[in-house]
Amino acid sequence: MDLKEKLISSFMAFEEKVDVTAQLHDIRTSAIKNFENKGFPTKKEEAWKYTSLNTVLKNDFSVFPKRENSIEFKDVKKFFLHEIDTYKLVFIDGKFSSFMSSTTHEGIDVCLLSSVLTKPKYKMVLDTYFNQIASKDESLTTLNTAFAQEGAFINIPKSKVADKPIEIIHFSTGVESALMVQPRNLIIVGENAHVQIIERHQSLNSNPVLTNSVTEIFAQKRAIVDYYKIQNDEQTANLIDNTYISQKQESRVAVHTFSFGGNITRNNLNFYHFGERIDSTLKGITIIGDKQHVDHYTLVNHATPNCESHQNYKTILGGSSTGVFNGKIFVEKEAQKTDAFQQNNNILLSDKATINAKPQLEIFADDVKCSHGCTIGQLDESAMFYMQQRGIPKKEAKALLLYAFSNGVIESIKIPELKQRITKIIAMKLGVNLGFDL
Amino acid sequence: MLSIKNLHASIEDKEILKGINLEIKAGEVHAIMGPNGSGKSTLSAVIAGNENYEVTEGSVELLGEDLADLAPEERAHKGVFLSFQYPVEIPGVSVTNFMKTAINESRKANGKEEMPANEMLKLIREKSELLEIDRKFLSRSLNEGFSGGEKKRNEIFQMAMLEPKLAILDETDSGLDIDALRIVANGVNKLKSQENAVLVITHYQRLLDYIIPDFVHVLMDGKIVKSGGKELALELEERGYDWIKQEQEV
Repeated sequence: MDLKEKLISSFMAFEEKVDVTAQLHDIRTSAIKNFENKGFPTKKEEAWKYTSLNTVLKNDFSVFPKRENSIEFKDVKKFFLHEIDTYKLVFIDGKFSSFMSSTTHEGIDVCLLSSVLTKPKYKMVLDTYFNQIASKDESLTTLNTAFAQEGAFINIPKSKVADKPIEIIHFSTGVESALMVQPRNLIIVGENAHVQIIERHQSLNSNPVLTNSVTEIFAQKRAIVDYYKIQNDEQTANLIDNTYISQKQESRVAVHTFSFGGNITRNNLNFYHFGERIDSTLKGITIIGDKQHVDHYTLVNHATPNCESHQNYKTILGGSSTGVFNGKIFVEKEAQKTDAFQQNNNILLSDKATINAKPQLEIFADDVKCSHGCTIGQLDESAMFYMQQRGIPKKEAKALLLYAFSNGVIESIKIPELKQRITKIIAMKLGVNLGFDL
Repeated sequence: MLSIKNLHASIEDKEILKGINLEIKAGEVHAIMGPNGSGKSTLSAVIAGNENYEVTEGSVELLGEDLADLAPEERAHKGVFLSFQYPVEIPGVSVTNFMKTAINESRKANGKEEMPANEMLKLIREKSELLEIDRKFLSRSLNEGFSGGEKKRNEIFQMAMLEPKLAILDETDSGLDIDALRIVANGVNKLKSQENAVLVITHYQRLLDYIIPDFVHVLMDGKIVKSGGKELALELEERGYDWIKQEQEV
């Protein structure tokens, strides 16, 4: 039985097990039907032209972990931003770990999606937000919707500011020989509210993992959301991240994606505008090697006038790694005075590394400012010689140049400790220890 | 200090240097002049170890040590400094951080401890004053958006920080106005001592009014065709290079 059949056949049993409202039943049923029709995406589809899931899907994934596993905090401390106090939502093999988490209901809600799905008091939230911005058509998103059961639920009410960053961490312990997990996050940021969120998926050993995650973010009027995704996983971990963001007027949402590892990583990042003077920021640094693969598939849907979007993705590819950047900017007829900017710079460190870069602008309004720039290159040799001449050895010179290359994205990280952490990971990836942070 | 013997070098199979002989002793200032395309910049690149050039014959020795097998950074650690004609812009790396890295790498290579932070700051303050460089300038990205004059001044600032044994100034005067030229020359002169040497590569005599050479060499078609004292530079300024060419032909 292949994975698709396995998932479909286990759906009924799954639904019986979870206590859900009738409405949710309808959502799940139409979602699984959509997945049944479409199946897993293949390279025949334009959107998946450069990313094949074939080898990953050959694994015999268990779709529900049979055994529970616990882990010691000291063993996984390094995956947290432990230098500062944070709210924590920790999931182990898809199950919530109350022991490692630090939740709250005081002023803001930092808790669990399972509560929203099952408790009557959250009916309003469920009706208004759940599956409202996530695609009902894209097969992996609907697969997640069908099995949505657990994940983060964050609700920052009007004019509240989350007093510390929120970390969402999913651990895979490898207790199953191969595991598929489907976290589902729902984040609502009210008018004038502000939140910082860090999301991470982490395998703790080398048993294959397939994570198919869906996150819905609703930013109300003038809300500010800073979202950071850290992807620095084992080389047997596969991640499909589907993030859907709904923005109301004057809201500002920034998503930073740091892709440093894993086997196959696919980031589907979608921004939708519902109001004027919205600001969307999409930035990313990708540094991979070996046979790793990272695919950024972004969409900014400008549907309303006077909005801005800023995209900046930096990619450094070594070994036989492959990178994909597909950045789609859609400007609807009504979206006059749109200011959309997209920048994608790639450096190939080896002859065997490949980048597929595809800026895609579809503009139906006539008074807009849209620009995009895409570069693919090697390290600047004259800059290397210049630095070597000043006594900086080749390896350090190379690292310094690559640091400098990614600096524009590092600079805009708003949590200083996170900035330091990312800088450290980059130094580690480049195999150097520089005496300063840029 | 520097001893160049029968140096031949080529780039992409095209021979640029065709047998250079040059001896520079500690405490001396030498100037190399010559028309465009005579090989002046190639000579400086080859001494600094630029791997784009292939040395096909001859040798370059610094304090008796053959530099042939040394990487550019190893030559730098031994005291070779090249002030670039076109300094490279490195966005995202501040002048200060760049100098810290450069100095500490050099110290590491020479078996010394890293320079303590307060000492480093003091050195930076001292040398930036010497070159009349605004402190704000030091936190800017290296050479990015610098004017021609700022770039050259920054080169000499770096030279002052690194205190090389042999400093090669490749067309350092190009793009400098008279005030900047004076500041740069003044910087070089203050750093001059009996323990180091300077090789000035220039197209014009102008810089040599400020940095007075002990010897002037004329480079033409990859060879040194004439050497003399500082008065040779004045003669070249007045008469151009054609008369030397004619002398050669005779």
